[in-house]
Amino acid sequence: MEHIISILVENKFGVLARVAGLFSARGYNIESLSVAPTLDPTASMITIVTVGDDRIIEQIMKQLNKVVEVLKVIDLTETHFLDRETALIKVHTKPEHRDEAIRIAAIFRANIVDSSPTTYTIEITGDVEKVEAIINMLKPLGIKDLIRTGRIAISRETTRTASPRREPALLKN
Amino acid sequence: MKITGAEIFCESLKREGVKTIFGLPGGVVLKIFDVLCQRTDIEFVLTRHEQGAAHMAEGYAKATGKAGVVLVTSGPGMTNIVTGLADAYMDSVPLVAFTGQVSTDLIGNDAFQEADNVGISRPCTKHNVLVKDVNDLAQAIKEAFYIATSGRPGPVLVDIPKDVSIAKAEFKYPDKVNLRGYNPTVGGSKQNIRQAAEEIMKARKPIIYVGGGAVFSDAADEIRELAEITQIPVTMTLMGLGSFPGNHPLSLGMLGMHGGYWTNMAMHHSDLLIAVGARFDDRVTGKLSEFCPEARVIHIDIDPTSIKKTFHAHIPIVGDVKAVLRQMNVILSSMDGNPAKMKAFRAPWLKQVNDWKKSHPLTYKQDDKIIKPQYVIEKLYNMAKHDAIIATDVGQHQMFAAQYFKGHKPRTWLTSGGLGTMGFGFPAAIGAQFAYPDRQVLCITSEGSFQMNLQELVVAALHKMPVKIVLLNNGVHGMVRQWQDLFYEGRYSASVLGKTPDYVKLADAYGIVGLRALKPSEVEPVLKAGLKHKGPVLMDIHTDPYENCYPMIPAGGAQHQMMLEDPPELKLAKKGGAHKRKVDEGEGELPA
Repeated sequence: MEHIISILVENKFGVLARVAGLFSARGYNIESLSVAPTLDPTASMITIVTVGDDRIIEQIMKQLNKVVEVLKVIDLTETHFLDRETALIKVHTKPEHRDEAIRIAAIFRANIVDSSPTTYTIEITGDVEKVEAIINMLKPLGIKDLIRTGRIAISRETTRTASPRREPALLKN
Repeated sequence: MKITGAEIFCESLKREGVKTIFGLPGGVVLKIFDVLCQRTDIEFVLTRHEQGAAHMAEGYAKATGKAGVVLVTSGPGMTNIVTGLADAYMDSVPLVAFTGQVSTDLIGNDAFQEADNVGISRPCTKHNVLVKDVNDLAQAIKEAFYIATSGRPGPVLVDIPKDVSIAKAEFKYPDKVNLRGYNPTVGGSKQNIRQAAEEIMKARKPIIYVGGGAVFSDAADEIRELAEITQIPVTMTLMGLGSFPGNHPLSLGMLGMHGGYWTNMAMHHSDLLIAVGARFDDRVTGKLSEFCPEARVIHIDIDPTSIKKTFHAHIPIVGDVKAVLRQMNVILSSMDGNPAKMKAFRAPWLKQVNDWKKSHPLTYKQDDKIIKPQYVIEKLYNMAKHDAIIATDVGQHQMFAAQYFKGHKPRTWLTSGGLGTMGFGFPAAIGAQFAYPDRQVLCITSEGSFQMNLQELVVAALHKMPVKIVLLNNGVHGMVRQWQDLFYEGRYSASVLGKTPDYVKLADAYGIVGLRALKPSEVEPVLKAGLKHKGPVLMDIHTDPYENCYPMIPAGGAQHQMMLEDPPELKLAKKGGAHKRKVDEGEGELPA
């Protein structure tokens, strides 16, 4: 099963290598990885999406906790959480495809952030289903290039767990 | 007043109580060595190879419980200690390795003798750090010693660039460390400890399975108390040997691949397994799916990752073995204060275990022609002092020593378990002898292993160390040869050493005493003379190249399905001469 793990680490060099090395040395998968600063300048947040059965995930959590520079490890999958990914998608836009590209972007509430005579670059943010859905919709037009940030995630506040798990906007159709 | 990084280094080590450093100098650490030689409070042991330094520090650490300290230069100096770091990491040995690094302005430029010390050592250290600013040096050293020796111990590497050792800073050694990401659990869950105690009282066929964690935790007294009040037999892993007296009536000796028949049978039939500072290594469990099929499992370990890593635990207790057992013993004593009743309750189980022991004891046949390795170890065991420290290498001799040399005290058994590092034993013995100059230190080694670090003979000679080397010389890589006999139809691919040096002459070349035994009748006199001599002695004892180590759980086999002797086809082959001593046929000539 897929797990999203948030790892708060000391903001020091070599820490990412130690965390990533732990995954490779023990044969654990990294599906996606994102690292960025936090409010506290001395700490960084690593978000790793990984796959494994309960035993493997338990080991991953324990092994991560063992690393001296790791401050906190949370398996968000165990809680209510919100996850997002951003993708920048460069699509070929022949004149007859431009309207379609704009329409797709509008349906997904995506932005066209760059354009050239032959391409549009579309920025999309959403959960993984949404990002993959727009990619599938844009494929027939011809995707020239694609870059994804990997997922980031945050726990939902317990008082607001009633809020919808997913934005309902487009997935209904 | 500001002092140099090199002086900060020495002052910090002094504050940590370091008395001995093992290592070898080089370009980027010259400043540190220059300061070191002007001091008298820290002894520097110059080894002949950095790997020797790392294993000496390990031997020192295993024998004392304090961190072993290594100081080497950048590049090859560092890469040469990698085996020692990996060995220490696998066996949880507290080690602090200081490596020189090229100046900070040269890092990343492929400078002379530059290596990514922190990168290379990352997977085989508990923690490592490159100190880029002299103002951080004291803090880094303080943290290194704290991390190496606390929790589950392990090696820590501190990388010091040349300019950092020269630059000056105010020296103030920190009183304490403040590592927000590192806080080992010590106490253990009270609720789980109580539950464990209740299960221990109820179990009909319990067994205590002790690993190296018990040695590091200094829990020998607590284990003995636990075993005696509950009348539960104790088995030890290779790393755990010495944590319970080998000659105690409740001792079952070592378990696992070459453990006793009775031990593995007791494990297999137990209904409660009390794992104490052990990690269910594959050499212990054999085939996991058939390991201890009927047992409930209590697992005490300071390292949470050891629990449920390979095998399930019904009652996990994360904590320091000593602290947990103390609490548990208090509860157990209050539960049932009647030892006689307990003895009667456990009697059928202990009888069963004893019956297994009687029906299948360890055996070998010593004739008057060729020396059996077991015979040498047994003789040595009978002649050695009660508190002798034993260092072994890796292979058949190690297993024979584990079987026949019954340790009595913790920290007297120094061996390379997890990594299985041939070449570990001799330097480890030297390291232990530096820690305890007056104790008897014996290195049990063999042909293949000894040659991997024999350059350190000169260190033993130079320091006139009383270390005694018992070299079981069979002219082969014995364990490899055994597997080839059992699983590769006796094709001795690269296991016959061919030419072996004349060890008596070798000893002479280093200015130490060399003795040789070729016949069984010579074993005792040689050991006697060797042990009596004050300085270092190399005893070259020629043993049977075809002796195999039993019992044996074949790799991947189930624990209770042990091989107890050569299988019939191998016996036949040996008898028919198919296994005629290839070692003697020119390709493998033994010195006369």
